Amino acid sequence: MDIRDLWAEALAGMLARPVRSALTTLGTVLGITTLVITLGVAATAGNQIVGRFDELTATAITVEVPDKADPLVTWDAPAALTRLRGVTSAAALAQTDESSNLQVASNTLVDPTRVTNQTLAVVAGGPELPRAVRGRMTEGRFFDAGHVERRDRVVVLGDQAARMLGVTRLTSAPAVFIEDRAYTVIGILGDLRREQILSTAVIVPPTIGADFGLKNVTRVLVNTTLGAADLIAGQAPVALSPNHPGELQVIAPPSPTRARDGVQDDVNGLFLILGLVSLVVGAIGIANVTLVTVMERVAEIGLRRSLGAARRHIAAQFLLESTLIGMTGGVIGAGLGLVSVVAISAAKEWTPVLDARLALAAPVAGALVGLLAGLYPSLRAARMEPVDALR
Amino acid sequence: MIPDVPPDVIRLDEVSRVFPTEPPVLALSKICLRVGQGDYVAIVGPSGSGKSTLLNTLGLLDRPTSGSYLLDGIETTTLRDGARTRLRGRKIGFIYQSFHLLAHRTVAENVMLAEVYGRSARAGREKAGLGRPRLGRTDRGSTWNGPAGRGKTGHGPVDAPAGVTVNGYGRRGRRARAEEALEKVGMTHRLDFLPDRLSGGERQRMAIARALMGGPSLLLCDEPTGNLDSKNTGAVLDLFDGLRDQGLTLLVITHEDAVSSRAGRRVRISDGVLTEE
Repeated sequence: MDIRDLWAEALAGMLARPVRSALTTLGTVLGITTLVITLGVAATAGNQIVGRFDELTATAITVEVPDKADPLVTWDAPAALTRLRGVTSAAALAQTDESSNLQVASNTLVDPTRVTNQTLAVVAGGPELPRAVRGRMTEGRFFDAGHVERRDRVVVLGDQAARMLGVTRLTSAPAVFIEDRAYTVIGILGDLRREQILSTAVIVPPTIGADFGLKNVTRVLVNTTLGAADLIAGQAPVALSPNHPGELQVIAPPSPTRARDGVQDDVNGLFLILGLVSLVVGAIGIANVTLVTVMERVAEIGLRRSLGAARRHIAAQFLLESTLIGMTGGVIGAGLGLVSVVAISAAKEWTPVLDARLALAAPVAGALVGLLAGLYPSLRAARMEPVDALR
Repeated sequence: MIPDVPPDVIRLDEVSRVFPTEPPVLALSKICLRVGQGDYVAIVGPSGSGKSTLLNTLGLLDRPTSGSYLLDGIETTTLRDGARTRLRGRKIGFIYQSFHLLAHRTVAENVMLAEVYGRSARAGREKAGLGRPRLGRTDRGSTWNGPAGRGKTGHGPVDAPAGVTVNGYGRRGRRARAEEALEKVGMTHRLDFLPDRLSGGERQRMAIARALMGGPSLLLCDEPTGNLDSKNTGAVLDLFDGLRDQGLTLLVITHEDAVSSRAGRRVRISDGVLTEE
């Protein structure tokens, strides 16, 4: 039998009942469409998430330092860190549980009726802190190396803390009382993009921190250039504490690639199962309809056998018919899936990410589904005895 | 010099067919039958007498339980399934009471279907050592070498039976050959019609064209006029007479006296036993 005759006979068999063939194709169409949408949307959404991965999150590293009697990290550590290529700023902080709930009061001379006692956190930080938290001095100034060295009793308030204490202007050099000890407020720090918790804190120089048990560094904030976070996260512990790098805990941003892969894995895992289930349902549909078709075409099978068709010719024809149905479903499904991905992307204002290989793989997958689904019905058809088929 | 006599088209020797049911049914009982080239034989008998079993056996659709069946001199009972299929495709044309047409294919396409499996039949015959196809060459010419290989045996080519061009197995010229076959049964005006738009007589003529298309040695007809009125019956029988006159071997199973009386020879089968009338 000429292969062109086989194609012609299979195509004619498929088109002989166009409505039934179209309905049979639906299962595969649904399965392939789901698969293509899943893969397309996952790739698009993953790409979108990476796009939204803002610079701040991608460049901020925090190193947690265990509080020990023998300090693991000194207050000079930021200077060591900024020597690393890729570090834009760094600052050391000290905060303990005890220092997180201290009574702070402002001067009541101006407005005696005001309740000025607040429970606030007191944090010790180096002069590099405003830059490291990417904040702005809304009033006054931050303390400098001179304040630190001289052990000046000065503080900087976080903007929220200043509001709570009623400190709005610094022209009269207001004071605050921490645990009944007076400290001059020299500045208000606001617009924090990192460590927003500091907006409700009272920040003291490291040399004053000892008054509140804030002797040792407990946290180091590091900012890096874009793309350097992974590298610096590995180097920072060694730079901060060469003898005990393993004891420091580095909190680094997730890598953009890992984030995208994670999103794709999550979406793919869920919807791929849905797509595969649809494909299996489609395959069962094709198998059922092909089996029914075989039963309906018993006389035709008998006729073909009487005209000299061998069993393999009969099997090949039915197998090709089911494969063509599956492939048609794959082509339609791929088209619908790709259009859907573009439509979803347009609605979400995303940039669609489409893998060209999908357009080729989907019809092949459909054909494979049709082929597998057609195996049993084809064998049934081929096994028919011509004398029975013609009866 | 003794002339080279062609073998019988059909030669059955002691052929029996037992269906292994409980109890076993003896459908054919030691049947002996010889049908020569150009014979027109009618097989008559009541329902359940074994007519259909005999036809299936002769058509290589069923295997006898015992005995020998030579078709055109080829022992068929020892052939494997594939070789029997190929032999059937090349040598036997079937005509059924219910026509067996493909409803979704046109008249021309239905007739052309007879050649779809022809190529493998030729290749299979050569592979099985059955020699060249007896009906003409394969791709070029348009003459028929005659039934029972007369061309091969020195009797020279004869004209094809009316309306039949029996050469090519390939796709090339298939449509033309189908049109030619349909012209001889008077059906060229319906080439692109679907069968459901044809009358019963037209459908049977179309089936005859399809049966002749492959250039068979033997035409097996199972109640060919069972679904036809008297006018169409007459037309079909006239067609059979023409084919017989041109040397084609016909074997017709029928209930109808009008049909059996047109055959040159009547054979009766009853309870699986064959008797000449």
